[in-house]
Amino acid sequence: MTTGFYLGVDVGSVSTNLVVIDEKGSIVKKIYLRTEGKPIISVQKGLNQLGQDFKDHEILGAGVTGSGRKLIGKVIGADLVKNEITAHGVAALQVNPGVKTVIEIGGQDSKIIIIREGTVVDFAMNTVCAAGTGSFLDQQAKRLNLSLEEFGGLALRSKVPVRIAGRCSVFAESDMIHKQQMGYKLEDIVAGLCEALMRNYFNNVGKGKEILPPVLFQGGVAANKGIKAAFEKELGYEIIIPEHYEVMGAWDAALLSRKFGKKMGFRGFSLSDREIRVESFECPDCPNCCEIVTVVIDGEPIPGWGGRCGKWEKGVSRAIG
Amino acid sequence: MRLTFPRMGQIDIPVQTLFTELGHQVVPPPPVTKRTFDLGVKYAPEFACLPFKITLANYIEAIEKGAEAVVTFGGAGPCRFGYFAQVQKRILHDLGYDFELLLLDPPGAETRELLRALRFLLGKNLKEPGRIWRAIRLAWAKAVFLDRANRLYRRLLPRVAQKKAAEMEYRKFLRVMAAENDLHRLELVYTALAHNLENLARLETGRVLRVKIVGEIYMILESGVNFHTENILGQMGVEVARSVSMTHWVEANLLKALFPEHRRRTELLSIPYLTSFVGGHGRETIAETVDAGTNRVDGVVQILPFTCMPELVAQSILPDLSRRFNLPVLSLVLDEHSGAAGVTTRLEAFVDLLRQKREKDEAKAGV
Repeated sequence: MTTGFYLGVDVGSVSTNLVVIDEKGSIVKKIYLRTEGKPIISVQKGLNQLGQDFKDHEILGAGVTGSGRKLIGKVIGADLVKNEITAHGVAALQVNPGVKTVIEIGGQDSKIIIIREGTVVDFAMNTVCAAGTGSFLDQQAKRLNLSLEEFGGLALRSKVPVRIAGRCSVFAESDMIHKQQMGYKLEDIVAGLCEALMRNYFNNVGKGKEILPPVLFQGGVAANKGIKAAFEKELGYEIIIPEHYEVMGAWDAALLSRKFGKKMGFRGFSLSDREIRVESFECPDCPNCCEIVTVVIDGEPIPGWGGRCGKWEKGVSRAIG
Repeated sequence: MRLTFPRMGQIDIPVQTLFTELGHQVVPPPPVTKRTFDLGVKYAPEFACLPFKITLANYIEAIEKGAEAVVTFGGAGPCRFGYFAQVQKRILHDLGYDFELLLLDPPGAETRELLRALRFLLGKNLKEPGRIWRAIRLAWAKAVFLDRANRLYRRLLPRVAQKKAAEMEYRKFLRVMAAENDLHRLELVYTALAHNLENLARLETGRVLRVKIVGEIYMILESGVNFHTENILGQMGVEVARSVSMTHWVEANLLKALFPEHRRRTELLSIPYLTSFVGGHGRETIAETVDAGTNRVDGVVQILPFTCMPELVAQSILPDLSRRFNLPVLSLVLDEHSGAAGVTTRLEAFVDLLRQKREKDEAKAGV
């Protein structure tokens, strides 16, 4: 019996994740890459790696989510493009059908998703400020010369966490430097930072939300044991980190493409060898000044987007040159 | 003296008509673009709200085009709007922009200022009250038809197959309405739009999701600052309802003695949850959410500018209303740092949530 597979891609600010699932919905292969500001190149890298294992198999559908979903959806020819909030909620339900709260902390945004009786009933996402998200932890770990694993482990050793100002990441950093120079132990400072981020999460994203167990913690930051411990200390019960916590969005994109996708738009793994160029410009034709984005694959433009009148979507391409 | 005024949704059409009919030259501010944002952010205090920043930039862009006087409203409530004009005037004068400020403050606050502005605006027409009456009647009729057309467009957009065609029809209507100055032809302009929209092919939609928009009036009406939220929802197949509109604002604020029902409605609905007037549209936000909770509305989207006090008070009450009425509520806090992608992501997720909730509610009702 020949089996087909489904591809899911989650293009976030910090990481790009790809998963391949089988027809039962289980993850066969997952790839976690750094986006490094170049979503197309990182997706090409991921496709290249996947292509080695799956190039002889049929990909029956492809789904995309994450902040780069629109761009990557066009580039790879996805059958389904879904926002990352819905994606994380659905993936959490797949893991734990009784889940009531999902905490998701990614590279630049943090979300809370409230689920009751198997459906998403409320959600919130950080606005205006990104303090307390993955990028900041990354940056601080680098500054202290720690890997993220060491960072979390160190926080767990602390007995007396130092209070760090967590409202703003810039001030948090100055506060940490100040505390270091006052001679506090590194583990207490790191644990203090974890608590500050947790406080910031509850005061900002979690404000006014009814947080009930079971709580699932997903997104790249869930790898940080110190943050997990800080959340558990505040909530007073254990939180669950699903096995594939770091690729939950991509997994859901694949699951949804299995469920709904109008099949076979996927351009294939060979995309990794082609030249993909993105061009953006402000359309001068009317006062709306729409920012138009077009993608050119091996010199061949595909319809652009970003316009309000619809002409760029119809495939009008600007003379290039 | 060439007049200008702040932009807010389609208010430029009736205001321009009013001033022109009174015999003034008018330079309306250009539509909100990236440059408007840049100018506003550059010259306004960082923690001023977005409406302050954008209207400040409106004046700059209009003065560059030759405007010599700014006509605007003031206020005396707890909302910072009451100080907009004075603070903006000082900022612009410090920057070297030379213009006259004609401030229409409510009677009792700056009465002398109000009389001066009115005397200037009405000026030579005072001997010709018929002309003033005709100007007001034409401008008001335009505002009424604009609001009516906007309601129709919001109702039909989710139901038609070609959304871009509907948007083009609506824009064409706005252009024709702006140019038409014969009172008796306005209705024809409106019926032409209604006819064209009704004739577009419909989708098989079943019951369409209804979302009510509440919040701060400027952020709601000016699509240039709310990332075209109503249009995004309409494109996703959602009907947008709202009670805030320009004619509603005029009736509820300028003519409140003639239209006491607006205030009665707001108080009646909001007082169980919020007992004091918190300024701006804070109380309306509560009242209209309560109304949504007791009528056939699937969800509420609150739009507010970052640092808006009245709406922050309302926002803190909304979770309670959401639970009480089993009504999903999404708050969109916007400022110049907000991105279109973030707004779209939240709206998409919210609509997914509403669809799932409805499927489940219907399944339950079927059992």
